[in-house]
Amino acid sequence: MNAAERFAPIAFGIIALLLWQGAVSVLHVPPYILPGPIGIMHALWADRLSLLVALAATLSITLAALIAAVLLGMILALAMASSRLARAAIQPWAVVLQVTPVVAIAPLIIIWVNQEFAALVACATIVAFFPVLSNTAAGLAATPPALLDLFRLNGASRWQILLLLRLPSALPFFLAGVRVAGTLALVGAVVAEFVASSGGFASGLAGRILESGYRLEIPRMFAALTLLAVAGIAIYAVLGVCERLILRRLEGTS
Amino acid sequence: MLRLTGAGRHFDNGTIALADIDLRIEAGEFVALLGPSGCGKSTLLRLLAGLDIPDSGALAWDARAAPSPGEIGFVFQDATLLPWASAARNVFLPLRLAGHGFASSLPEINSLLDRLGLGGFEGAKPAFLSGGMKMRVAIARAMIRRPRLLLMDEPFAALDEFTRHRLQADLRALWREQGGTVVFVTHSIYEAAYLASRIVVMTPRPGRIATEITSTISSEADDRRIDPAYFALVSEVTDALHAVMPA
Repeated sequence: MNAAERFAPIAFGIIALLLWQGAVSVLHVPPYILPGPIGIMHALWADRLSLLVALAATLSITLAALIAAVLLGMILALAMASSRLARAAIQPWAVVLQVTPVVAIAPLIIIWVNQEFAALVACATIVAFFPVLSNTAAGLAATPPALLDLFRLNGASRWQILLLLRLPSALPFFLAGVRVAGTLALVGAVVAEFVASSGGFASGLAGRILESGYRLEIPRMFAALTLLAVAGIAIYAVLGVCERLILRRLEGTS
Repeated sequence: MLRLTGAGRHFDNGTIALADIDLRIEAGEFVALLGPSGCGKSTLLRLLAGLDIPDSGALAWDARAAPSPGEIGFVFQDATLLPWASAARNVFLPLRLAGHGFASSLPEINSLLDRLGLGGFEGAKPAFLSGGMKMRVAIARAMIRRPRLLLMDEPFAALDEFTRHRLQADLRALWREQGGTVVFVTHSIYEAAYLASRIVVMTPRPGRIATEITSTISSEADDRRIDPAYFALVSEVTDALHAVMPA
């Protein structure tokens, strides 16, 4: 990637923001229809405390869901890799959970799980665990057959094969799954918050967005959206950096 | 040391890979299995390793020669190193699986790597090694436990000519130094003629043994590649191979 390509997205973003602000100013679009970037920044600053508290609430759900999703995905993938029976039993249900929209399951979970935080984390976990599961399972299954032969020729136990060969081979797959799961956990957290907000809970960013909508505070709504977008990008970037650091440390590449 | 009698192997899709193989390997031999692609050479090697079981016939080891885990070394077409482990750690793998410690094995590992021209690269991860160097690490890994039987499946096929000649020379020298028995699969007549003490020529699918040719090149020859006996062997093997190929 050369310098021009590196700065292209930033330049494009700045031009788009300038055009946006220019159009809103010149055409006198009322802020309750479409605020300009400057108006949004004002709203973000004016309401920074409540928005940051909401962001923290959403991020804590996201983080808890990501941890739960990683653990759940890993455990299920290991179970699936260790026995064909377990694989046959688990796989279809994992797909069922994956294809059912979380918006549809969330009301049930919120009724069943009495504690708000736990209920939201459960919803976000359902959204986020699948890439960890499928990637880790694919990674465990993709162990080079020649290396498996080599381990067997040397009398390796199942445990040694898992610990010294299959798990490390699956690591790059697993890390890629975690990166996707991070952003999905945020999506899941926000979706679950929306469902919960309609029932009266409203501590996260989704609550601020709904509330702004009711009050026609559109700049504040955009401000909350901006925070969500930045949080999503930050999660993706941080997990991507962790992934690269870990792989570079282990394999000395990329 | 071991023998296959009447061994056959077919796959689920109906392909007959091997039919009626009678092959005896004596201790201390360097046997080349030579044949066109798809003649079942690799399958035969897997049968010898015990990684695969013949559908018919049997594999029998001589009494007292039956291998325990780690006594068969295997070198694959690709180096198949662990990408997260250094050269030394890769060579250590068979020892580790046998319960040895790294520190106490290190002198032995380093001297073998050194012997294979990898002195100074003990700590390098595979990503920083060339194709030939990776194959050298794979050979060291297969030899570190001084296997009774070393099986090699076209290990040099993916290397350039210069690297291949160097590795062939080093492998032969190492075999002469350390003893042991080697079965080496190749589709190169020249490689077989240079390396082997006996060449087993196989037919195309289904793989059968067409003929066996014992090398007459003196083991004391200064340069095997220009020895008159080498050229005679190459032309004899070429004739044998042409005889089994469909016109």
